[in-house]
Amino acid sequence: MRTWLNRLGMGAGFALILGWCLLPVFWIVSMSFKSQEAVTNGSPGFFPSEGGGAGWQNYIDVLQNEQFARAIINSIGISLIATVLSVTFATFTAYAVARLEFKGKKFVLTTALVIAMFPVVSLVGPLFDMWRTLGIYDTWLGLIIPYMSFTLPLAIWTLSAFFREIPWEMEQAAQVDGATAWQAFRRVIVPLAAPGVFTAAILTFFFAWNDFVFGISLTSTESARPIPAALSFFVGADPFNRPASLLAAGAVVATVPIVVLVLVFQRKIVAGLTAGAVKG
Amino acid sequence: MATIEMKNIVKKYGDGFPAVNDVSIDVADGEFMILVGPSGCGKSTLLRMIVGLEDITSGDMLIDGERVNDLAPRDRNLSMVFQNYALYPHLTVYENIAFPLRLAKRSKQEIDEKVREASRTLDLDEHLERKPGQLSGGQRQRVAMGRAIVRDAKAFLFDEPLSNLDAKLRGQMRTEIARLQKRLGITTVYVTHDQTEAMTLGDRVAVMKRGELQQLASPRELYEQPVNLFVAGFIGSPPMNFLPATVEGDQITLPFGTFPLPSAKAERTAGKGLLMAGIRPEYFEDASVQVDADESRIFTAHIDVREWLGDQQYAYVPYDAEPHVQDQLRELARESDSDSLRTQLVVSLDSSSHISEDDEARLSIDTDKIHLFDPSTGENLTVGL
Repeated sequence: MRTWLNRLGMGAGFALILGWCLLPVFWIVSMSFKSQEAVTNGSPGFFPSEGGGAGWQNYIDVLQNEQFARAIINSIGISLIATVLSVTFATFTAYAVARLEFKGKKFVLTTALVIAMFPVVSLVGPLFDMWRTLGIYDTWLGLIIPYMSFTLPLAIWTLSAFFREIPWEMEQAAQVDGATAWQAFRRVIVPLAAPGVFTAAILTFFFAWNDFVFGISLTSTESARPIPAALSFFVGADPFNRPASLLAAGAVVATVPIVVLVLVFQRKIVAGLTAGAVKG
Repeated sequence: MATIEMKNIVKKYGDGFPAVNDVSIDVADGEFMILVGPSGCGKSTLLRMIVGLEDITSGDMLIDGERVNDLAPRDRNLSMVFQNYALYPHLTVYENIAFPLRLAKRSKQEIDEKVREASRTLDLDEHLERKPGQLSGGQRQRVAMGRAIVRDAKAFLFDEPLSNLDAKLRGQMRTEIARLQKRLGITTVYVTHDQTEAMTLGDRVAVMKRGELQQLASPRELYEQPVNLFVAGFIGSPPMNFLPATVEGDQITLPFGTFPLPSAKAERTAGKGLLMAGIRPEYFEDASVQVDADESRIFTAHIDVREWLGDQQYAYVPYDAEPHVQDQLRELARESDSDSLRTQLVVSLDSSSHISEDDEARLSIDTDKIHLFDPSTGENLTVGL
């Protein structure tokens, strides 16, 4: 009786939370399949009303839009490069932080944290000026640098926690077995920290992919403008009548890579990979 | 195949505390050397200095006559089994064992041959494709040993390899290690805090205390001729009894009587005031089961507790000692990582003895084998007698 009640309560709770979280997502998907007229005329149903459906037309329009296609390429390119660089640097830094005793270690860690706490908006002005002087305004590099500086701290903290979990003896064993410090790091430590590396990578990618503030203020043309910024420029013919269903389709397209990424890496983020290394 | 020579090795940490202080040990080619001592005695530090995981503050470490102080671990060609095994959890058993060979860039075929041979030796054939996480403690231990024997290392180093196993497995693995070492004939240095392991495995045993080498000798010599109170108390289970004693002429006075002492021992110790007598439990016997008990060496004692083990039995005889003697005994027990709650005599009796608890028993004492120690320096005054 009790367990039955428990289960019922748990089910109801899950349903509530899922509904709360996923309703907007479902709604945007539903909207992306409605025709422009149906949206303008008001079409409150979840499923498109009779004759109001657009099929895949919105998606075709979005993907055929040259600006949007460029924005997708920009977003993927910028986010991937920022992620790879940020995670690589963070791995080295975190390893040093976790393993070595050096002067100023605390300073490095606190500085990293302080940077992460900085409001993004407050840096937009100075960066705008600097980038224009340096000539990297409206380039991929101009976005990759701020993305890295905001994601590095988080990646360093996440990874150094993972490295600290790996027993010292692993590495010493590798060294006794004939490995150089670099070989021990690459063949033993990095594989063991893989869950941490992937976690950091996903967080970094999210940040870069979802960023709007830098994306809109440090770019002026489609040569570097990422998706979130591009979506906001998606006005269509009539500025007072924005193409809501097209925007919805664009939003769905922008979400897909993130979902795919999480699904791919989910398996990699398995805790307990270190089980059996040493007697637990 | 190699000799390992340690010459005046010192290890000091940042605060100037010497973890290892002026230790010199020569390990002969093919010898099984044990480093034993209570926790914090510096034995593991010394081992890690041999393999190169700790820097040497001063002194020389020679492997095969070559000074290796400044060589990285990988250049010393030694193999080590860690206390926690330190297996690579992301690799299969096969790859774990193959790891040193892969680093050495051996050919695929050679690697396969050597790994199979090691796995046959250690009975790991059916586990080769499994990950360490799926293995039992004993199997992990064998994988760690496989990784050590697979390459032709100059010496094996073991850092308390059996301390994570349960008692039964520990006994089995101990025999296994001894057999393996004899068969491969490789120089071995083995660290343990367990005196049973030390006594059963070692060709020679180095007993350490607080970073200093106390005695380096064969197990038999350690047991029969300990050079000081610490070694005497550390080696042997149950431990040696320590009693306050005075020697006058040819007579020794212990808390429960005065007995004749062999003249050689008496000569060295007579008139030196209060001494510490060390008597192993088996130097006592139930007088009633002895055929020719010497009346002058018999005393009566109140048996407090008796433990019957089948092949022998232990009896406990409490006695009163003066406070300063008690303090010293307590200090001694603390140094060797044990606790003595009360001053009592542990007596080993023949299994046929019918002494029971609360008896007033007649016990004989073999004073020929008594050790006498200087209580202030702890030195054994009767070494070699």
